[in-house]
Amino acid sequence: MKIVSAFAAVVIFALGTTAVSSQQDPIAARKAIMKSNGQAAGSLAKMIKGEAPFDLPTAKKAFATFEDAAAKMPGLFPDNSKMGGETTASPKIWEDIPDFKAKFVKLGNDAKAASASVKDLDSLKATFPEFAKNCGGCHELYRIKKS
Amino acid sequence: MARKLVVVGTVVVAALALVAFWLLTIPETVPASVLAPHTPDLANGKIMFHAGGCASCHAVPKQEDKTRLGGRLALGSPFGTFYVPNISSDRTDGIGAWTEAQFVTAMVKGTSPTGEHLFPAFPYTSYQRMSLGDIRDLFAYLKTLPAVTGKVRDHALPFPFNIRRTLGLWKLLFLDGRPFAPDPSQTAQWNRGAYLINAPGHCAECHSPRNMLGAIKRNQRFTGGPSPDGQGGVPNITQQKLKNWTVKDIADTLTTGMTPDADFVGGSMAEVVRNTAQLSEADREAMATYIKALPPGGGSASGK
Repeated sequence: MKIVSAFAAVVIFALGTTAVSSQQDPIAARKAIMKSNGQAAGSLAKMIKGEAPFDLPTAKKAFATFEDAAAKMPGLFPDNSKMGGETTASPKIWEDIPDFKAKFVKLGNDAKAASASVKDLDSLKATFPEFAKNCGGCHELYRIKKS
Repeated sequence: MARKLVVVGTVVVAALALVAFWLLTIPETVPASVLAPHTPDLANGKIMFHAGGCASCHAVPKQEDKTRLGGRLALGSPFGTFYVPNISSDRTDGIGAWTEAQFVTAMVKGTSPTGEHLFPAFPYTSYQRMSLGDIRDLFAYLKTLPAVTGKVRDHALPFPFNIRRTLGLWKLLFLDGRPFAPDPSQTAQWNRGAYLINAPGHCAECHSPRNMLGAIKRNQRFTGGPSPDGQGGVPNITQQKLKNWTVKDIADTLTTGMTPDADFVGGSMAEVVRNTAQLSEADREAMATYIKALPPGGGSASGK
């Protein structure tokens, strides 16, 4: 009897660890990505507001961050990640996965295009507001802030 | 004999209560006679349209053109689901056939042209603070927008919330009928902001907690509330929460949707920013000045 329960414990432990490692905690992963998106947007905003000098490598890096996020985010919303971890993901995401994923395809394409077109402060100022509509547009439908 | 008296007495009291209820709940109207001659200023009407956020609820959902005000959006609430009416210039399905007095009545008294109480999901509790001139300009502007056909279905509210007449009592408690009164101790900019935020802007309608009867808790205005549809929350915008935001930060957020920590507002606030982005910089700065001055505990003056 003891052996059986010990065996069961091992199996459960093994199953548990596999489950965790195969998903790598998607909620934490997407939070980390959104945080780096925020930092990237912040670095661009500082230049636009004149709080930091224009720096082309920083701008390129920011758009690369958005592009990378657009590539990784769609895979981080498995069905079992709807709740928990203080997620701000809206249940609406899972009601229309194709639309949700399409938004990231557009984000990725727009980030690539923006990165190519930004050469100086003026072109950044001209590009960013339109690009940033991707951010608000997705938050509008698919994010729920708790307070 | 005594028993008979009790029965008669009860019937009389009940009848009197019914008459009293009926008299107390008569929907109020604004007669055309109080409207002095007025030449509408369409440009100002457009400003009121954006400040008032009309399109956020009344534009036909899922379409780019925010001037097609055919309604139909389903608004969830603890009292049931409201279906936003058509306020396009269509003469049969919208407000194209309304008189100016009927429009003013809806905005400040919450009474429809057929003499019924409107539900306060339509924020006349805020719109009642607007100046008559601004309301009349708004009406003139709305009439220039496209006619959209299609009557919107009735609200889906369970008993007793579907009894419109009871709203008369609600209004006695929560609709004071006072227009915005500037505070002479404050700057003109603050007063402009206070007006835009409290009258057309109706910001407190979402950014405040509500009591059991669904009215804003007056001493907690602007301290945040639950999202009307029950999903998530609407933030506190007093200095309790926004003390690290400058006036410029607030004005910028109302322009681009980007907060000082480089987040982008979401939910229904994204729609609000689409409206405030259309206002003048001066108006957004005035709104930001007023918000920056909101005391931490909420319940700011000049809600009146």
